[in-house]
Amino acid sequence: MELHDLTIAQAHQKLKNKEISSLELTRAILNRIAKVEPKVGAYITLTAELALAQAQEADQRIASKRIGPLTGIPLGIKDLISTKGIKTTCASRILEDYVPPYDATVMTRLRAEEFVLLGKTNMDEFAMGSSTESSALQVTRNPWNPAHIPGGSSGGSAAAVAAGECLGAIGSDTGGSIRQPASHCGVVGLKPTYGRVSRYGLVAYASSLDQIGPLTKDTIDCALLMNVLCGYDPQDSTSVSQNVPDYTAVLEKGVKGLTLGIPREYFISGMDPEVEQAVRTAITVLENQGAQCLEISLPHTEYAIAVYYIIATAEASSNLARYDGVSFGLRNGNEQRLIEMVQQTRSFGFGSEVIRRIMLGTYVLSSGYYDAYYMKASQVRTLIHQDFQQAFQKCDLIVTPISPTPAFRIGEKSSDPLQMYLTDIFTISANLAGIPGLSLPCGFSSQGLPIGLQILGNHFEEEKILQAGRAFERATDHHLRRPVI
Amino acid sequence: MKISSEEVEHVAHLARLHLSASDIETFTQQLNSILLYMEKLSELNTSGITPTTHVLHLSNAFREDQVRPSLPREEALELGPEQGGSSFVVPKVI
Repeated sequence: MELHDLTIAQAHQKLKNKEISSLELTRAILNRIAKVEPKVGAYITLTAELALAQAQEADQRIASKRIGPLTGIPLGIKDLISTKGIKTTCASRILEDYVPPYDATVMTRLRAEEFVLLGKTNMDEFAMGSSTESSALQVTRNPWNPAHIPGGSSGGSAAAVAAGECLGAIGSDTGGSIRQPASHCGVVGLKPTYGRVSRYGLVAYASSLDQIGPLTKDTIDCALLMNVLCGYDPQDSTSVSQNVPDYTAVLEKGVKGLTLGIPREYFISGMDPEVEQAVRTAITVLENQGAQCLEISLPHTEYAIAVYYIIATAEASSNLARYDGVSFGLRNGNEQRLIEMVQQTRSFGFGSEVIRRIMLGTYVLSSGYYDAYYMKASQVRTLIHQDFQQAFQKCDLIVTPISPTPAFRIGEKSSDPLQMYLTDIFTISANLAGIPGLSLPCGFSSQGLPIGLQILGNHFEEEKILQAGRAFERATDHHLRRPVI
Repeated sequence: MKISSEEVEHVAHLARLHLSASDIETFTQQLNSILLYMEKLSELNTSGITPTTHVLHLSNAFREDQVRPSLPREEALELGPEQGGSSFVVPKVI
């Protein structure tokens, strides 16, 4: 096995046993990046020199026997998480040269572990997209097939993990942006409960939905990263002061005695038969491991896309008002009047998907339309939340597909925004209800593209989700397959 | 038509965006199809249902009003495209 194929847990053992140094490990990953990055395009910014220096520092710490689970482990960070002194572009022209003067809380937490920062990963511009095609800065390709999208918006993070260009990565999920690219790239991704991970320093898209989380090769690594990312932060007023468990503690407990709800609304006509087959087979695997399955109903599922694209765009139109060419980021044009400067800056600096969502969000909040759209959507959001609360009275976890199809081809849906939005059907409800969701590989299409399984749990039940995910991994080997690049 | 090209132009102005004539045409068509899809929500009777803004029923996060370290003014100013003295410089407002 080559070093870039290691999981975080495996690399940690080797570092601890002094079989390898962090410097060797980091060099191996940088070599891997040099080899495959021209085909994948996962990173917007590489911090190779910094990574080597951090690896040497980590090695000193390991020599003094103060190794933590992430010490000396090379990771990629999605380019909307603020990194002090390192560009944070959000894959947008408007922030192309922006260097944050402070670290996001998750960066502070990771740095305290002395992890190794490899670079900042590509994404849909401001996390608005499902394919990473809306990045204004570069194209990311699916490591399993370069003609296909890696998913989005954390497409760079997912592709980097799948391609061995990092041992794990951090992403963010507003409507499926961790889980869907994880599914399309054949890796594990977790969106934690809203409020579980601090959003301080995460560039805001839709503040009531955004949540940071890990992308990894398996559920063990996912649990290890969760242990570091989670926790109360006074800098984020929506952060929750609830105890953080050791997510690795119950991983191997199995699914015996757990009831899995299978929502009938998530097996719809028009779904790719290979996806349905893979998910149905996965459910049988979990049953064979001792889980009980129960058909349930989440009756308001069909309204989730409309609700999401009203609420998310409304919040985005407000959050993105700060890009005005005054205090940071791009300024465009030498206009005589302030309003013209602001208009020129925003129209030049934002790509078409971002402009579309700002327009939609401004419209649904505007005088005369607020009640019909934003208020209505916020009420239906309550109904979607209630669907889940009722379901979790009957079952411990809910098991569904992640995406109706495997990764589509680059360019296939970019001309029709509504068609692109409809691909988010299985992931956005979790954000609207604030519940955690895991994506893990459960099969491959006949074309060799990965298919993902989603496991949803009630608020703060990430442990149970990971426990079920781990039980599935122990019975299968989908998570061990690596793409040939 | 859910939204006319004049309304699209008005919304662009509210959002401080300058759109070309062809952009306005494209966005009018695209926003119409998206807003038509959103009509779906009117199938549901939501009278009396409390809207959700945050799912965890968080209450206000109060704290003591204490002075804490913050970003120095010089560092903040450096991030702007144009500075003068202790301020950001912008084109004329009036």
